[in-house]
Amino acid sequence: MNQRAFWGLVQREWRLAMRRKSEVLTGVFFFVVVAALFPLGIGPEMDTLRRIAPGVLWIGALLASMLALQRLFEHDWRDGTLEQMLLSPVPLPLLTAAKMLAHWGLSGVPLVLLAPVLGLQFDLPPEALGTLVLALALGTPVLSCIGAIGAALTLGVRGGGVLLSLLVLPLFVPVLVFGAGAVEAQVSGLGAQAHLSILAAMLLIAIPCAPFACSAALRIALDA
Amino acid sequence: MTQRSFWFHYAAPQTFYGLAGRLWPWVAALATAFTVVGLWIGFAVAPEDALQGEGYRIIFVHVPVSWMSMIIYLAMAFWSILLLVFNTRLSGMMTRALAPTGALMAFLSLWTGALWGKPMWGTWWVWDARLTSELILFFLYLGYIALTSAIEDTRRADRAGALLAIVGALNVPIIYFSVKWWNTLHQGASVSLTKAPSMAQLMLWGMLCMAIAFWLYSIALALYRVRTLILQREAHTAWVQELPEVQGARA
Amino acid sequence: MVDLQVSQVVCERGARPLFAPVSFSLGAGQALQLEGANGRGKTTLLRVLCGLATAHGGEVRWQGAPMAQVRADFHRQMAYLGHALALKEELSALENLCTDAALAGLELSVAQAREALSRMGLRGREHLPLRVLSQGQKRRTALARVMTRRAPLWILDEPFVALDAQAVEHLCRLLGHHVAQGGALLFTSHQPVALPLPGGGFCAVEHLTLEPHP
Repeated sequence: MNQRAFWGLVQREWRLAMRRKSEVLTGVFFFVVVAALFPLGIGPEMDTLRRIAPGVLWIGALLASMLALQRLFEHDWRDGTLEQMLLSPVPLPLLTAAKMLAHWGLSGVPLVLLAPVLGLQFDLPPEALGTLVLALALGTPVLSCIGAIGAALTLGVRGGGVLLSLLVLPLFVPVLVFGAGAVEAQVSGLGAQAHLSILAAMLLIAIPCAPFACSAALRIALDA
Repeated sequence: MTQRSFWFHYAAPQTFYGLAGRLWPWVAALATAFTVVGLWIGFAVAPEDALQGEGYRIIFVHVPVSWMSMIIYLAMAFWSILLLVFNTRLSGMMTRALAPTGALMAFLSLWTGALWGKPMWGTWWVWDARLTSELILFFLYLGYIALTSAIEDTRRADRAGALLAIVGALNVPIIYFSVKWWNTLHQGASVSLTKAPSMAQLMLWGMLCMAIAFWLYSIALALYRVRTLILQREAHTAWVQELPEVQGARA
Repeated sequence: MVDLQVSQVVCERGARPLFAPVSFSLGAGQALQLEGANGRGKTTLLRVLCGLATAHGGEVRWQGAPMAQVRADFHRQMAYLGHALALKEELSALENLCTDAALAGLELSVAQAREALSRMGLRGREHLPLRVLSQGQKRRTALARVMTRRAPLWILDEPFVALDAQAVEHLCRLLGHHVAQGGALLFTSHQPVALPLPGGGFCAVEHLTLEPHP
């Protein structure tokens, strides 16, 4: 019963995204544009760009991932499906976990796939590109998990999008530090194992804990 | 009264209003006393530092406010847990009352850090691990205040803020650890604020004094603020309408 | 087994109680219509009974136990239809029903969903995205959703809104059928309704009016 609910929700999110493609694509385009803005703002000097590349790409991924967060529960809240999720006999953390997985699949994975292409624009060496992909693959799910909590807390609140960023960006700092650090470590020859292990540890903590926090936040948001 | 009902007795806004009203002037007076002693030690008695001259004296403010910004956040997390578990209205009010003071402490920490940094190594800001963590803590405070102000329904605002405070508190060690890692790897400024001058005994006493002073100040201010919140939220109840200060304001 | 006991429940909005304390009990084969002026708090009360909002006083019991303890079991046996229809506009009626059942942990075959939709007069429109259906047709899809939950207790908030006379009659028959089969019904409506029973006659509908708080 729980499995049916979990995969049913993921499938529904996927179907909805396919029918509202523009929402998914805007995130991807945003990532591309942001990655192009930094060289325009800083200058085309390749050495500088190579040094700032990990940070720039990570920040771009972070911001693009956050764009989709505000909508995570908003549509469901407006059309009443969120209430039905709270009224389901299936445990709510399971359903929020399904939402987080769907969010990651729809906005995180495209970023992970696109990042190496953008990394080439910054002249990152191939091993660094590999580390970047791996680090993003570990870090973007954590962003989805933490971001979902923020989205649930700010559901229907005035100024929601900006408020969500204010709440969630400080909590993203560890992922950013270790994610960008992993690529830099790879480039400087130190090896990224430590960073990637820490990112994996954060993911392993986020996956069981975030759905419960998110469920609590949803119940608080709807209990008005 | 049994022990449990003792706590719940004081958790009622009406009782706490009276208690806070009696307490805060004394706490404020103590805070003033400690501030005077602390500042006297810091600025009059403690000797000039061999390396940094007179400028180092700002640590008598900088270090205590940094400590307080962390302690207040923990206190907010504590009250938040009480709110979510016991659903007592007062816990929510305490958290809200503490937040502005905590944000102020974090801001003072950053500001005094900058004031210390400028004469020492010429820049207004340095991405030292502690200062950067303090900056992020400041953002966490701002986030809490922004969220609780943006939600109109007070009950939802309190509870959403409580959840945010708890999630933030759990993340603070992770954030601090990652910022420390980031800082050591990047070898930023060679002098760091954590490498404070080796402390003479007297300097430590001075800092401790100021720390207690700021702590008492925060408590006094929180108690005062809670009284205002109680008046605002319980405005429709009979006991508030009958208070002399409310009747006086009406007349 | 439907056994809902509500005693002295009070709801608040903005620190003011909405209505005088409410008490009632609802069992199998019973129908209760909640009445009251606009803004009195009927929707709030229904949401409290569902477990979406918290009451500020009083107690709700399900099968003898406090609601907080048996929430999952209660949710398994009830279906709620609020003002928002809980349907996705981009999906078809069929997809909506199947997803909703999955989210509630139920098994629903496409044939069963199709049958429910056809009983609500939506045959031939099951595959259309909901966005192109009329308001009345969307309402009927929502009611089909409630039906496919196979829950004994139905809590419906203003189910007759936006339905034409024929649809209203159809819905009344449906509700009467549900009650006759041992289900329970709790709904709000501004007009009086008559629920015909399948064997003839009408279902006895209890009325409860929300009074202003003293």
